[in-house]
Amino acid sequence: MALTESAPPDARGLDRATLIGMYRAMVLGRLLDERVMVLNRQGLAPFVTSCQGHEATQVGAAAALRAGADWILPYYRDLALTLAIGMRPVDHLFAALGRAPDPSSGARQMPGHFSSRPLRIVTTGSSVATQVLHAVGIALAIRSRQETDVVLTTCGEGGTSEGDFHEALNWAAIHRLPVLFLVENNHYAISVPQSRQMAIARVAERAAGYGMPGVTVDGGDVLAVHRVVGEAAERARTGAGPTLIEALCVRLQSHSSDDDQRRYRDPADLLDVRQHDPLDRFRTELEAAGLLDGSAADAIRSACRDEVDLAQAEAEAAPVPDPATALAHVYGEGGS
Amino acid sequence: MTTMTLVEAVRTTLLDEMGRDERVIVLGEDVGVKGGVFGATAGLHQAFGDARVIDSPLAESGIVGVAIGAALAGLRPVAEIQFVDFIPPAMDQLISEAAKMRYRSQGVWSCPLVVRAPCGGGVHVHGALYHSQSLEAIFAHVPGLKVVIPSTPADAKGLLLAAIRDPDPVLYFEHKALYRALSGEVPTGDQVVPIGQAAVVREGRDATCLTYGATVHEAVAAADRVAADGFEVEVVDLRTIRPLDRAQIVASANRTGKVLVAHEANLIGGVGAEVAAIVAEECFEQLDAPVLRIGGPAMPAIPFAESLAAVYCLGPDRIEAALRKLAAY
Repeated sequence: MALTESAPPDARGLDRATLIGMYRAMVLGRLLDERVMVLNRQGLAPFVTSCQGHEATQVGAAAALRAGADWILPYYRDLALTLAIGMRPVDHLFAALGRAPDPSSGARQMPGHFSSRPLRIVTTGSSVATQVLHAVGIALAIRSRQETDVVLTTCGEGGTSEGDFHEALNWAAIHRLPVLFLVENNHYAISVPQSRQMAIARVAERAAGYGMPGVTVDGGDVLAVHRVVGEAAERARTGAGPTLIEALCVRLQSHSSDDDQRRYRDPADLLDVRQHDPLDRFRTELEAAGLLDGSAADAIRSACRDEVDLAQAEAEAAPVPDPATALAHVYGEGGS
Repeated sequence: MTTMTLVEAVRTTLLDEMGRDERVIVLGEDVGVKGGVFGATAGLHQAFGDARVIDSPLAESGIVGVAIGAALAGLRPVAEIQFVDFIPPAMDQLISEAAKMRYRSQGVWSCPLVVRAPCGGGVHVHGALYHSQSLEAIFAHVPGLKVVIPSTPADAKGLLLAAIRDPDPVLYFEHKALYRALSGEVPTGDQVVPIGQAAVVREGRDATCLTYGATVHEAVAAADRVAADGFEVEVVDLRTIRPLDRAQIVASANRTGKVLVAHEANLIGGVGAEVAAIVAEECFEQLDAPVLRIGGPAMPAIPFAESLAAVYCLGPDRIEAALRKLAAY
């Protein structure tokens, strides 16, 4: 969905400041992601799972939710999502460099396992799609307390093959729980293409089998994602139940810093996804709508780079975890 | 004090605790209107309704995964897995998620969750390969999990109270053979049995039998038999499998100098191996005999036919034989 004169920004209820804020969040996510990749190549950040190509989906979804009130159960590619909800670049750099102040896990987990209790970003493990069930349980608690918050959980299209994904959607639909299942479909699960993951063309088709709405949205269109997620959140808040949202994304980088997608993807395909960079697209749309010009875009980029520079300096100066703490927090206090 | 069966102790404790704490919910297969296949949740649905007593879809990973989410968001879920034999689909949720939630977030998140499951078999249970297993050793291996197995109605109540109020995930296994086979006095009121405390259920100076679950009763019967010959065996009910009551294990072993560890679960890699290792490490100079272990043989589970099931099960006879072997030293 392009921004055209017939569909001006205000038609989607978003003012200029909000739109520029969303663009900035995408740029910040990209620059931070690129920086962590550089740190990886320098041998300083042992492992990276890149969000590049998913920024529109992640920022669009975050902007449609109530940060800090709605619950987020992300997956490892959600750098831009968690930034847009309120985590700071330095938080991610603490994790990338394995430093003690990492708020997600104190450098106990690999980077990409985001957590922030104040922001209601829930800790996740590395087993794929386990968190999708936790989202349903949280929604059950929300329902039992008669609250109006909703839960967003994400995974890749590969994650939809897991049994937990099925069990979660089935349960959420039966009880009409306030969960948004957002599948960031970049068409590859490491090296395995979507055609070897499922026999259907659209993940969203599965929703019908559970008895919930399923929507496929252009995940490169930040405003379309914002609208679809916002509508699903509204349904969930008003008791109308869960929605399966499939956002079609591109994966601009390899699965992880330990992977090389040139080994299994067609060079033409890799060139083609470059033509679908969501940042270029949103910038072009904002410029066409007269909301952004070249110098303003440059200023945003420069400010984001400064922010990442400062964050990197702070993270590099931070201590590594004290080995004396390694045995802490296996069990809690107050048990018998 | 009220006299009741073990399953009734579980049921009334759930009823009391749900009345006391509105955060407590129960979920699992058939736990609602039917009240569970063993009746352990009978009456809860009538008392607390759909919102707190939830008949789940037939999906064990879902039951545990949803319970984890509910715990993360502040509820106190008690999940029932209909038989422990059907817990393997939920292993990822238990081992990868529940057990690590606190550690991986430095205590920021936690998972106060109870998973109840009937376990065990025996020649009169006829559960066969998939309704008879004792899988506690698998969970006892995992840091972050706690494992309890009551052998009396009073402990069933006290340990369930402790489990529900514990800040971490607790696996609470109920031996099917004990559900209705014995009645016992259960204290009224808030009588918590702390997790991690073993109990001496029969005193004796000549040997120690460390055991738990249904095997406790078989061990007491065996001890009574050898007592007729003047060999007095102390029977210790471990009650908690993780964390083990190291102090009680060591104290009893030091007192008697002869130790038998007995359990229904498969012997190899079982809880008995850990208990025997503790005794070997801590009590070596007090021992008058090698530490003996008896447990399930190296077959997958308890077969259906009684003739085959008898090959698996310990029973008082085998425990008695092991005790006589200790007596000979």
